[in-house]
Amino acid sequence: MAHSIILLPLIGFLISCSLSFFKSNKFIDRAAEIITSLFITITAIFSFYIFIDNIGDPSIVSIKLFNWISSGSFNADWSIYLDTATRVMLVVITSVSALVHIYSIGYMSHDDSKPRFMGYLSLFTFAMLMLVTADNFLQLFFGWEGVGLASYLLIGFWYKKPTANAAAIKAFIVNRIGDFGLALGIFTIFIVFGSIEYQTVFSNVSSFKNVNFNFLGIELHALTLICIFLFIGAMGKSAQLFLHTWLPDAMEGPTPVSALIHAATMVTAGVFLVVRCSPLFDLAPVALDFVVLIGASTAFFAATVGLVQNDIKRVIAYSTCSQLGYMFVAAGLGAYGAAMFHLFTHAFFKALLFLGAGSVIHAVHEEQDIRKMGGISNFVPITQLMMIIGTISLMGFPFTSGYYSKDAIIETAYLSNSNFADYAYILLTVGVVMTSFYSWRLMFLVFNGKTRMAEEDLSKVHESSSVMLIPLIILAIGALFFGFLFKSYFIGYYSDVFWNGSIVVHHEDHHSIPLLIYYLPAILGIVGFIIAWFMYIRKSDMAKNIAELNKPLYNFLLNKWYFDELYNSIFVKPAMAIGQIFWKFIDGLIIDGYGPNGIAALVSRISIKAKQVQSGFIYHYAFAILIGLSFIITFIIFRF
Amino acid sequence: MIELNQFLILSALLFAIGVIGIFLNRKNVIIILMSIEIILLSVNLNLIAFSYFLNDLTGQIFSLFVLTVAAAEAAIGLAILVIYNRNAGSIEIEKINALKG
Repeated sequence: MAHSIILLPLIGFLISCSLSFFKSNKFIDRAAEIITSLFITITAIFSFYIFIDNIGDPSIVSIKLFNWISSGSFNADWSIYLDTATRVMLVVITSVSALVHIYSIGYMSHDDSKPRFMGYLSLFTFAMLMLVTADNFLQLFFGWEGVGLASYLLIGFWYKKPTANAAAIKAFIVNRIGDFGLALGIFTIFIVFGSIEYQTVFSNVSSFKNVNFNFLGIELHALTLICIFLFIGAMGKSAQLFLHTWLPDAMEGPTPVSALIHAATMVTAGVFLVVRCSPLFDLAPVALDFVVLIGASTAFFAATVGLVQNDIKRVIAYSTCSQLGYMFVAAGLGAYGAAMFHLFTHAFFKALLFLGAGSVIHAVHEEQDIRKMGGISNFVPITQLMMIIGTISLMGFPFTSGYYSKDAIIETAYLSNSNFADYAYILLTVGVVMTSFYSWRLMFLVFNGKTRMAEEDLSKVHESSSVMLIPLIILAIGALFFGFLFKSYFIGYYSDVFWNGSIVVHHEDHHSIPLLIYYLPAILGIVGFIIAWFMYIRKSDMAKNIAELNKPLYNFLLNKWYFDELYNSIFVKPAMAIGQIFWKFIDGLIIDGYGPNGIAALVSRISIKAKQVQSGFIYHYAFAILIGLSFIITFIIFRF
Repeated sequence: MIELNQFLILSALLFAIGVIGIFLNRKNVIIILMSIEIILLSVNLNLIAFSYFLNDLTGQIFSLFVLTVAAAEAAIGLAILVIYNRNAGSIEIEKINALKG
């Protein structure tokens, strides 16, 4: 069963991509869709079975498939390693992936390269499963790069669109920076521990507690260094502050891709990495502080930017970025269970929001600008209902999934004694208001108020087909009830048994929280809703006036804190300038000038001279023959 | 008695005249043919002189071969010349430079 979870997506990918080489017709498209969706659905059912089967009595299953690299003391296997953290990820990945596969049948129905799309989705799922089922850091790295590749291919899926290509390249390059950190982290782990296998590393970690490591001539605490390197990798993949710029641009890809990769699964790989390495992080307090700092800053930053964005997908993308910040804060404060719990619930409600957004985009004829929507709630009632469910879960409305997980994080921040706990608590609490505000702003602008669409466009707005709506409904169930169902396992009473040592579990006394603090996130969420309602429904010109009054602030937020411009002037332009110098001057002038072109010019100059010898006059030739003959004879005579 | 040296000097002179005739001559091709004949005859003179002074008939017989070759060469050369004259309308050396690179 474990084998088929890994292999079915791979087979689906291979079949579907081979089908994409044939000329597209109805039969091939349908075959690719059915094969990939069916395989992933089977995988999802197996994953759920494995998850539920082990929930009361989790065991660690380690299956070695075969040896990959064995060189000296270095050993890496292909393996399937199932512990609770992996099982949780399996459920998240395969269920969202299966629903996205099915949804894509509807969403991509007008596209002309469906087999390629379905194949890439399966490839992504396979790589992601390799990532989470690794039992060593190298296989994790393989999966890590595999999902990066799949993300690149899918962002650039509409490769005829220049913006999509640019976004794909940007995502790939920004991720390389993070991956470099991850690679350095893995190297350091091997040097320090002499192994890259989880079990060896994690079980010996306490004996390396005080080891120092010489990095660039500076003696540093080895575990801190490792953890910071690993976290840089996680920052790249999970779009944390400074390496976040690729995620909003990645929305150029088809919407199901955004739901699967850039909301529910791939971007959470960073959180998974930190949680997976919790035995390491737990002994590196400086690294944990760094994680909290970055996570809280990201949560706040992304929420502020989300307030003013006008692209429906970008708003949700910044929301993802922000929620990932929440997860990192939890992990950084040592509440790894809460991080995983939020990852788990977030996957469902964020995938729901994205797929809902896809359904909206579909309904309004590929329009993504929320300023050009509005007043379509009567045309798409089911989509609206589903998106409302996603939104209330995201804002942390009581008893939805998001409520339990987000509350746990904020309470942890309140209780923690970590250096940045207060900083994190304030930013996260403010973030709750903003999250609620931008989510409802999106909802109101899209569905309510007076329509800003053209008359003939509005009449063509239609509800999506059932193949798109059923995944939404299933996700909505997850977004509503999974928090309540699994709370006691992830963070509550059963957490010790549930995690069974796969992550580090700390216990905190949640009963000592004042009642106000306890209910504050829920109250603030409702406050955000009321502000949004007031600004966009009650007095619909108020938002515009506020933006007018605070023009500099508005522009600052609209331009995403000018991060793209900053990076442009710090990195991109100097790199371009250096490239220009190397290209025009060093390569063009010096290397080409004296190299290939220089020699070619020399040859042609010499040949012009040499050609003059060929006068065509017989007496010149005769003279040359004579002279040559005399030379040869003289040579022969004097040589002997 | 004429000595071998004198034959050789004469032969060398004839050879030099022939060679110079080839590449100093700017007038026409027939002079080149004549120069080649002079070169061949100077070689013949050498052969015969050595044959006489060394008492070896081979040289004289060889000179007969050279004469034969020279005759054939003259025939072919003149034939080419006639054809060339017919085609190009001239056998002036200054104008024959079709091999110019």
